[in-house]
Amino acid sequence: MTEEVVESKQDGSKKWEPKIIAFLCNWCSYAGADLAGVSRIQYPPNIRIVRVPCSGRINAYFIIKSLTDGWDGVLISGCHPGDCHYISGNLVARRRFAILKELLEFFGIEPGRVNFMWASAAEGERFAVLVRKATEIVKKLGPNTKFEKKW
Amino acid sequence: MGLETENKDIETNLREVAKGLLKDKKVDVIIGYMEGTLPMLSQPIIIDSEEDVDKLIWNNLCYVNLAKYLVPRVPKFVDSEKGNLKVGVVSKGCVGRALIHLASENKIKLDEIKIIGIPCNGVVNRQRIEMEIGEKEILEVSVSGNNVIVKGKDFEKEFPFDEYMNDLCKTCKIRKPPLVSKSPDLCVGECEEYSNIVDDFSDIAEFEALTPEEKWNQITEELSVCTRCYACREACPMCYCNLCFVDQNKPVWFGKTTDLPDVFVYHLIRAMHMAGRCVACGACSLVCPMGIDLNKINRKLEKIVKERFDFTSGLDPDVLPPMVDFKMEDAQEFMLEED
Repeated sequence: MTEEVVESKQDGSKKWEPKIIAFLCNWCSYAGADLAGVSRIQYPPNIRIVRVPCSGRINAYFIIKSLTDGWDGVLISGCHPGDCHYISGNLVARRRFAILKELLEFFGIEPGRVNFMWASAAEGERFAVLVRKATEIVKKLGPNTKFEKKW
Repeated sequence: MGLETENKDIETNLREVAKGLLKDKKVDVIIGYMEGTLPMLSQPIIIDSEEDVDKLIWNNLCYVNLAKYLVPRVPKFVDSEKGNLKVGVVSKGCVGRALIHLASENKIKLDEIKIIGIPCNGVVNRQRIEMEIGEKEILEVSVSGNNVIVKGKDFEKEFPFDEYMNDLCKTCKIRKPPLVSKSPDLCVGECEEYSNIVDDFSDIAEFEALTPEEKWNQITEELSVCTRCYACREACPMCYCNLCFVDQNKPVWFGKTTDLPDVFVYHLIRAMHMAGRCVACGACSLVCPMGIDLNKINRKLEKIVKERFDFTSGLDPDVLPPMVDFKMEDAQEFMLEED
């Protein structure tokens, strides 16, 4: 994926903007993002949303595939523990995420590239705040160039 | 006591137990180790009569994890009339752990096997010795005192065993197969009951303290020689999927080249799949033709699982492995939170 350079509307200066792929669970976070939208809460346009049925559906493949395909960051959001539509999907996912996050760090990938969060359908504001935060973290890390193939 | 007397003791005890088991018809077949066809190697052997008991050996080159042959069962373990045969497995600590862990994943039934426990005294890191010998051919390997003596056509070299032991054996806390309290007659020979294993994981602390950049450089340097022969997967008793994720082509998850990103992903996901399941036998590293050291990664997994879920794999067949279980109060300090 080519690096995205965005021209600022205010002063015409060009700067790099990260691209973040966001996996949102259908029942909470996706609705939360929707709420942020209809409530006209501003959040960075860097995330591209993929809707998944549950955070438990998110396989480690998705996350690592995103990184190897050149996404600068991955954001994963699901229902708060205990609120899962499928009772325990997010609890199983949480263990998986914990291990993946530590493993990525051990393998030398900046831990900030992959971020996990909970946001319910009523938390449009929280969703926006956390997306802002995740974007800031990824922005600081710079473009994801580790997985570029030589040819 | 020198290594060779220790090995001899283990071997005689092992043969005695095996003989008894076959005589009393407690097991139909026994799988164990036999002398390899080349020096520095051992190979598995399946015996079904008392006369063959003397073919069983134990030395510090028996690195294969024999649990691999039970999932899926090799044809010799299945009888066309009787169905699944009762198998005695010569088990060092990690083989016993693998069997018990596979039982907790419902891959084997514990009443169809017998664990013949032996007190393992460590396995030689074959790769490291071969690397240091270089291109020359090894003709004979023997153990004397606490040294491994490697002989060739015009050289003879001694390697101190303590140093040239496999890294995972150096930190191993479970040298005899664990005793399962629910089925006490599962284990014959030497077994031990373990509770509360303490490990400080100091061997990987140095690596963990590096910056991401340094870790990346070290890991990629190590992995860059990988040819993706999948020997590590084939040797691992826990890798029993019918279709491995790297062989899947619908969808093609990850590239099949030996470029660094693809190799890296293979090892990362392999590690991910081993979380809470690795029994620290070190077979993956010891079969690697390129001498890649996967032990560090396996140790890290052990550490994560121990610290987060207080779980040690392969001790109790009734405890659910951590990755299929969950608790409401699991730690979630890594989640993003509002300031």
